[in-house]
This record gives sequence, C-alpha cells and structure tokens, in this order.
Amino acid sequence: MRAVHFCGSCGKVQPPVPVDYFTFFGFPRKLNLDTAALEKEFYALSRRLHPDVFVQANSEERAWSLEQSSMLNDAYRTLKDPVKRSEYLLRIEGVELEEQSKQATDKARATGELKKQVVPPDLLEEVFELNMHLEELRVQKKIGEDDPALLEEIGKAKLSLEEKYDALLNELKTQWHEWDKSVDGRTEYGTEEDRRKILGRMLDVLNRRNYVRNLVRDVNEALEN
Amino acid sequence: MATDYIVGIDLGTTNSLVAYMQGDSPVVIPGEDGLNLVPSVVALDEKNKIVVGNAARRYLIETSERAVYSVKRLMGRGVEDIQDELKLFPFQLAEDLQEGEVLRIKIGERTYTPPEISALVLRQLKRNAERFFGAPVTQAVITVPAYFNDAQRQATKDAGRIAGLNVLRLVNEPTAASLAYGLDKKKNGTIVVYDLGGGTFDISILKLHDGIFEVLATNGDTHLGGDDIDNLLIAIALDDIRGELELDVRRSGEAVQRIRKAVIEAKIALSSQPTAKLDVDLPGGKKYQREITLEVFEQMIQPIIDRTVGPCKQALKDAGLRPEQIDEVVLVGGSTRIPKVRRLVLDLFKRAPHTDLNPDEVVALGAAVQANILGGGSEITKEMLLLDVTPLSLGIEVAGGVTDKIILRNSTVPASATQYYTTQVDGQINVAIHVLQGERELARDCRSLARFDLKGVPPMLAGLARIEVKFLIDANGILRVSAREQRSGKEAEIDVQPTYGLTDEQVENMLLESFDYAEEDFRQRQVIEARREADTILTALAKGKNNPAWQELTTDERRNVETLKKALVEVKDGDDYHAIRGSIDALNEATLRLAELMMNTAVSTALKGKAMDDTDIDEGPQAGHPMAKADFE
Repeated sequence: MRAVHFCGSCGKVQPPVPVDYFTFFGFPRKLNLDTAALEKEFYALSRRLHPDVFVQANSEERAWSLEQSSMLNDAYRTLKDPVKRSEYLLRIEGVELEEQSKQATDKARATGELKKQVVPPDLLEEVFELNMHLEELRVQKKIGEDDPALLEEIGKAKLSLEEKYDALLNELKTQWHEWDKSVDGRTEYGTEEDRRKILGRMLDVLNRRNYVRNLVRDVNEALEN
Repeated sequence: MATDYIVGIDLGTTNSLVAYMQGDSPVVIPGEDGLNLVPSVVALDEKNKIVVGNAARRYLIETSERAVYSVKRLMGRGVEDIQDELKLFPFQLAEDLQEGEVLRIKIGERTYTPPEISALVLRQLKRNAERFFGAPVTQAVITVPAYFNDAQRQATKDAGRIAGLNVLRLVNEPTAASLAYGLDKKKNGTIVVYDLGGGTFDISILKLHDGIFEVLATNGDTHLGGDDIDNLLIAIALDDIRGELELDVRRSGEAVQRIRKAVIEAKIALSSQPTAKLDVDLPGGKKYQREITLEVFEQMIQPIIDRTVGPCKQALKDAGLRPEQIDEVVLVGGSTRIPKVRRLVLDLFKRAPHTDLNPDEVVALGAAVQANILGGGSEITKEMLLLDVTPLSLGIEVAGGVTDKIILRNSTVPASATQYYTTQVDGQINVAIHVLQGERELARDCRSLARFDLKGVPPMLAGLARIEVKFLIDANGILRVSAREQRSGKEAEIDVQPTYGLTDEQVENMLLESFDYAEEDFRQRQVIEARREADTILTALAKGKNNPAWQELTTDERRNVETLKKALVEVKDGDDYHAIRGSIDALNEATLRLAELMMNTAVSTALKGKAMDDTDIDEGPQAGHPMAKADFE
C-alpha cells in the first residue's frame, strides 16, 4: 500500500508520514523490483511533490513539499541500487551490517584490535597470500625496486577478487528470490524463523562482498602508492 | 499588480545577464546602452558614485584602484582560500580585516563584501529589467556554477537579498543551459553540458525524459576559466616587458589593465584567425608589441584546458556512462569558443558539440525558462521539471578528524540524512557538530561549512541523550539543519556559525534599498568627518596665536588667516561638504607659513602636523595595484 502523499479530496500535498521506502512508493517489501516501474513512479511523484511546484504556495505546503520530495529522492536513490536496496531491507528488518568503512578498517589495523569482521573461511588462504604479496610490494616500493613477477601475482589476485565480487551479487540475487517467496507466503519459507534465516544469509553475502570490496581497495591503494 | 515578473539572472564572473520568457521563448533584456551583456565590473566614479557594467569598465584602466572585477571568485570564501587569487587579481583587501570575518574589498576608499559587490551588479540587472517592463521586479532565479559549495551558494543568495530580490531558486548554470537547449527539442536522451566560463568550469550529465531534466552527475572546478588564460598571457607579457624593455610595470595598475585588455582581444581574435597582435602603450611612452600565433597560443593554454578532463571523466564514471552513450554535447561559456577547447570536447565525448546556442546567453535564457516554470509555467514549459543534484558530499567530523559522509555527491536534491548524537559527560547540555563538504577522507581537507551548537539538551547521564539531527539539502543546494532530543521530545536549539558567510543580521543591515541610502550615508559621513577636521584645525590655530611665531607673520598674512578662519566657522556646521572642505584647505594653505615658523624656531610643537593635512604626511599615494605580488618564473 502506498503512503498517502496527497489529500484524497483536494489533491494537495500532505505532511510526510514516517514510512519505509517501499511503502512510500506503494511497493511490497520485495527485492526483485521492476526498476522501470520505479523510475516511472519516481518521475510521476516528482512532478507533484518537487519544491518547484510549490514556489507560489503557502509556507506550510512548501515545507511539506520539501520534506516529501527529499524523502522521495532518498527512497528512489536507495531502491534503484540493488545493493543499497538489500542493505536497506536488512536495516528495516532490524539486521545490522558490520562496520565496513575505511575508517574502521584503518583503525583496527592501527590499534591491532580485532575487528568484528572475520575473514570469510573460503577466502582465508587467498587473503593470507595476498596480504603477504602486498607487504612485499610495500617493502619493495620503499627501497625503489620493481618485481614484475610480484606485480603479476597481485594483478591476478585482484582479477580473481573482482570476479568474486561480481559472483557475490548473483549470490545475493538468489537470496532475493527466497526472500520474495517468503513475502508472498506461498511456500514453506513463510515462518518468521525461516525469514530470519534468509536475512542471515543475505547479511553474510553482503558482509563478504564488502570484505572483498575493501580488499580490492587495498590492492588498488598499494599499486598506486 | 497584473503581472509579477520573475526574471532569470546569470550572475557571471565576467558578464552578467537578465532574461525573461516572452511568450514561448526566453529573451535577454538589454541595458540602457542596448547591450545584452553587463560586465560584472563595479567602480566608483570621480564623484564617488557607484557605476556598474560597461560604464565601469573604463575605470579599470583609468583608476584601477577604484574598480573591481571577477568578484565571483571571492564569493563565500575566506582570506586563506584566496591566496592564489590575490596573486593574480588586483583585489585589494581591507586592511582591518579580522580573522574569520567575511572578506571586504577596497574600492577607492570604501570597502565592500563580495555579496555586496555582486548585489550592485544584480541591482543594475534589476533596474534594466524594471526599465524594460516599466514595472518593479522583485523575484528572480539566479544561476550559480554547479560546483559551487554551500557557502558560495549562500553568498549568492545573500547578494540577491541585498539587491532587493526574492531569490526563488538558485539554478546550476549547466542545468539552466540544458533547459534552454531542451526547450524546443522535446526529445529524450542523454546530454552533456560542458561549461567553461570566465572563472568557473562545470560539467553536467543529464537525462532528458518527457520534459524531466534529471541530472545524473556533475563535477567541475570553481577556479578554472578564461580568467586563467588571461592571467597566463598577462604574466608572459609582463615578463617580456621586464626582459626586453627592462621595464617593471607590475605595480602599475593602469599598465596591467591595458595589457589585460590587449591579451583578451588577442585571445578572442585567435578563435577565428591564425595570428593576433599585442600592441600596448606603456607608461613612459614605450610600446609593447608581440605577435602570437595560434600554435603558440594553443601550446600555452594546453595545461589550463587539460584541467577540464579529470572532472569530465569523473562525471561520466559517476553517471555510470561511457562516452558512446552520450547523445549530445552542449557548449556553454565564452571560453568554449576557443577551437582547441572544442577539439578537446570532441576527443572526450567522441562527438561534435552542439554549437547553435550563443554560449554567452544560454545560461540566462535557461534561467528565464526556470523562472517561468516556477511562476506556474506556460504552454511550452508546463511539462518541464528540473531534478538537480548536490555536487559535493556532505559530511560530519567524527573522532580522529575524519569525515563521515552522510549525503553523497550527485544525490538528487532535496536530499536528507538523519544522524543521532549523544552526550559524552554527565549533565552535558550542548553538543557541537562540525559540518563539512567535500570528497576527502580527512576533515581538514574538506570544506568547513559550519559549526552547529545544539543547545538546551536536558541534563542527564552521559550517553543517555539521543539527539536526532536532520540534515537536509534543499532544491537550491543549501543545507538546512534541524535537531530534536528524542527522550524529552525537546527541540534542540541550533546555533549556526557559518564558516564564511554573512549572518542574517548583517544581510539585513546591508539591505535598505541597498546602496541608494548608502550614498546618502556616505555623504553624511563625509560631512561629519570634515567638521571634525575643521574643529581640529581651529583649535590648533587658537593655540598657534599664542605662539611668538604668530607675531612674525605680516599684518596681511594675519588678516588673511582671520578672514579664512571666520569663513570656516561659518560653513562648518552646515551640510555642504564641499564648502567645508574648501574652507579647510584654504585655511590650511594660509597657515602653512605659521606652521613652518613654529617648527623652525622650535619654540613649540603645538601645531606640528596639525595645521596641515596630516594624512598627506604619513601616507604617500596608495600604490594602485598589488599585481606586484605575482611570481613570474
């Protein structure tokens, strides 16, 4: 059900009600989303909510339009991107992602304190090797040497990571189907416990994906510096 | 009133224009001189009257210390931001500038903030429009470079208010240009607007869809434009002159402005011919002459125009597009007339740019279209809607001096973000928030926008308060902040300290039908100052008459002094500045010998430096031009 943005009888803009982004657009809380329909709805709502339309209106309507259209834009920006959409769903379902900012990574590295982030088991070996290579690279750069073989190794590792990164998006999409089915309540996924399990798997994919993204960032940094 | 005119204004670095929608098409409103472009130049004439535009241009050469141009470069900036500008532009800062204060620029003996100077240009445009319509104009859409930050936007809005304009919307220049471009096209597709103006560079990528103009990405450099080309050529000329003619004219405002005029003419000529000549008369009767070939010119400007490449690539990347996916490239800004710039655009986007539109006027025309849309629209604009973005990420300083980005660049505006804060110590009632703008990781590398003090947090144990702060970037790209303590539901009071900006109160004080009153104020101040000076000289003279030197004067001399003294006493309490000033000068002249005698005999120092116009003793004439600060390698 879509949130009520306009008055039912006079069609005027209404003060925003706190709803989630799916409801704002009148979409079910599903992850397979028709982005063309989303865009169409975004444009249609923009035409009615944007502050440009309310320049001549009274100050109350202007304020509502500002809030409504900022929410519209925030919602659209979040939902149109597959990863942001998934992360947003987790958040409104009460599941928190691990802190993945560069800041957190650097802090953990500097203080030596163990970050919440655990290396995904399937990446353990690869990450160990990559970190050694990167360390070697930093040392070599310091003394001004150049080892083509090492660069090639790192390049290969980077390529493999980028492939993993893309593969993880597909893995995430598999979970979307599971989630959407549970929303529809059509199958055995319907119970709350099952839903939690799907969310947990999605969280795991997103955490792994973020982890890989940070690795790629580290590699790029090491290569550039 | 039958019609409320809403005009569109392009407040440019070099030129400004005002336009409005006449039926189905936007048109530029010419000034009294019949010209569409109003140079963004403000000067004081011989009578200390403010002149703007073409009329002000001649003062750049004749009395360069009484004229200012390219002030857009200073909008919303602090003194530490403009060190590069000071090397290259003849901006004279007020001597008594305090740290953290909004810049003040000297024009003659007066000082103005950049928003006030811009307001003078805006007022001229407003008058041109009022003359054209025969009716008052109080509402406007004003354009700004897309890459302007919050402070620069706020300063532009302040300028509008000072000029007596209600600024309905600030529109990004490339976006405005796209409105003018897309007005009669009614077609869908992806377009790039490449806008290289006098002082700023913007690149914007838009998706046009059934009248919706959606900006996908924008990037730019607010300190890159034709001015940089001019300054480079000026530097080379000054170097030549020093080397070949053994003449250092860097301190001569007049010479530098003559050279500036000549290099601009040469630059323009080189857009249509293979060579151009510089021919400048220098002080002392010498001449500077040089021929510049197109080839040399293009080599020289290469590093400058290459600086547009990075922003273009970044914008493409942010929009998630490849050059082949661009349907059309629109050129805006006078500097895009340079053939080398056009070739660069062709290389970057793999297609010949669209050049049907006059690059000097297209932004103002687009502003007029937006003004029409905001006014309720007409048949041709009723389906049109602009969805613009914020060019820079908005962040908050967190522990360790790191920027935590809360609204990313290229987010469609209005955009918002909510953050939660708590207290660090028991009973804490204030929470300070430092808001930043920029892409860098560290707070010190980002632009400081403002410091917010949340006040009136109910005292409770540390960490218990939960203060919800909502950051909202409005459709003008300007930040608004609101805060609430959630446990008590109390609205927290926000005390904003803009890092570089005028407070509301300061703007209010500048308004007052802007400078019409200021003229009056100035005249009154002149009178008051002259009276004070008269009192000083009369007191000094009274003392001098007790001095033995008085008796050394001839009877005629004494009689003359007495007559002039009487004359001064008569006029000094009146309002005629010129009469008071004249009498002071005459009495000064007449008492010169008395002062000399007193000093010679060293009997007394009572009159020393008093009977004469002492400002002339301490300070020589002001050096007109700080151009000398420039470093020429």
